[in-house]
Amino acid sequence: MALPYYVSPEQMMQDKAEYARKGIARGKSIIVLEYADGMLLVAENPSASLNKISEIYDRIAFAGAGRYSEFENLRKAGIRYADLKGFAYDREDVTAKSLANAYSQTIGNIFSEAMKPLEVEILVVEVADGEIPNELYRIAFDGSIGDEKGFAAIGGQADELRQYLKDSYQTGLDQKAALRLAVRALEAVSNAKIEPRSLEVAVLERHRTGRKFRRLSQDDLATMLTETE
Amino acid sequence: MRLLFDSMVPGSSFFDLLRQVRSDLLPQMQIKPDGLSPAEIRELKETPHGTTILALRFRDGSLIAGDRQATEGFQVSSRRIEKVYKADAYSAIAIAGVAGPCIELAKLFEVELTHYEKLEGMPLSLEGKANKLSQMVKANLPMAMQGLVVIPIFVGYDVRGREGKIFKYDVTGGRYEETDYYATGSGGKDARSTMKKLYRDGMTEDEAIAVGLEALIDAAEEDVGTGGPDFVRGLFPTVKIAVRSGLQDVPETRIKEVCQAIIDRRKSVERGA
Repeated sequence: MALPYYVSPEQMMQDKAEYARKGIARGKSIIVLEYADGMLLVAENPSASLNKISEIYDRIAFAGAGRYSEFENLRKAGIRYADLKGFAYDREDVTAKSLANAYSQTIGNIFSEAMKPLEVEILVVEVADGEIPNELYRIAFDGSIGDEKGFAAIGGQADELRQYLKDSYQTGLDQKAALRLAVRALEAVSNAKIEPRSLEVAVLERHRTGRKFRRLSQDDLATMLTETE
Repeated sequence: MRLLFDSMVPGSSFFDLLRQVRSDLLPQMQIKPDGLSPAEIRELKETPHGTTILALRFRDGSLIAGDRQATEGFQVSSRRIEKVYKADAYSAIAIAGVAGPCIELAKLFEVELTHYEKLEGMPLSLEGKANKLSQMVKANLPMAMQGLVVIPIFVGYDVRGREGKIFKYDVTGGRYEETDYYATGSGGKDARSTMKKLYRDGMTEDEAIAVGLEALIDAAEEDVGTGGPDFVRGLFPTVKIAVRSGLQDVPETRIKEVCQAIIDRRKSVERGA
């Protein structure tokens, strides 16, 4: 009979966390900023077709950092969850909070039960309707969930980005200023110039009718970044 | 949530997803082997019915319109029911038949299209949308056989082919493309007669709106189920157009003006006679 080997639960969790952290640290980062009329999501992403940022529902967007195949599955699950909920009840009843909780549950279960944890970190973002504040949730590889104010960063250099934004972020920015701040932050932590074509940018615009999510095209980005202030 | 990660969950169709994980939310009804009793048939006739909807093609795209009245037997059940729905950025659906399942189908179809668009990162082609609707109407066949008939018209702007298109359906999900115009519902025949007389190739948007409203007014005059423009309550038919820049609502003020012009012209003709 083979001897059963023993690993303490603490050791196992630590190993898993370290594994997940390493996986995420290899990837590029994503920033979300609240601005005067919405939320801006900026990812460093050289691919034009594999998106890190996407629409989930009317007012809700998703951003994923880490292993693409894993956050892509999370993204699709989120859309299915939101569309089912909105169909069963009402479009208003689909909220970032419930979606973030569902993600947190799922990712947390996988972390504690599966051999391999997910190497992902995700953001769930909801633009406000009227007076209610925007919502911004960050969910880590172990399912832990935190709500953020003003800005959030995930991915490889998330800590440095958070530090940078903490020093230079201010409320009430317009869309263009928010985009410039995000690009400056990404450039500062990577010590390199970032070309518009390696950026993926989307916004949730509060005053847009219907679905609030809009991707900014390369042309939009080029004009917004080159125009003088 | 866990179930949604399962590889057994279907691809990009919301309708299929619903069937697999929440089939209780699908509109459905078992077929009764002995058919319906006379009392049940009477009851069905007294459920609210949507009446006239129409579509026509013009130079820059296609137009879709419907009146606002629903009837229960010989009574008006609603004067402000909505029969024309935006399906996505480039298409719209209008529904005639039993109001409950009709509205549900329109809602389901809208979610179906946006669900696909979000999952795949690109919208379905116009043909793809029309085919999807055909499958959904076919899935309603058991209900249609019990009297809960749903008949849609689907219009959209084909971004690749750069033209507006019209699709009509029968209860079995049969899908037919119309090149010029079509109308269905209880006043559909009257609306078609009007469009047959007034339709020309290459109409402008203004002309198309005028022809569509003229057809609806004729349907309202001939068919008791169809509601005409209601100046007293301020209720006018719904008109949407699918053109290159996307699906647009024709504003109510413009619809009101055109209806007024048609009615004024008719008054003067009657006085002259």
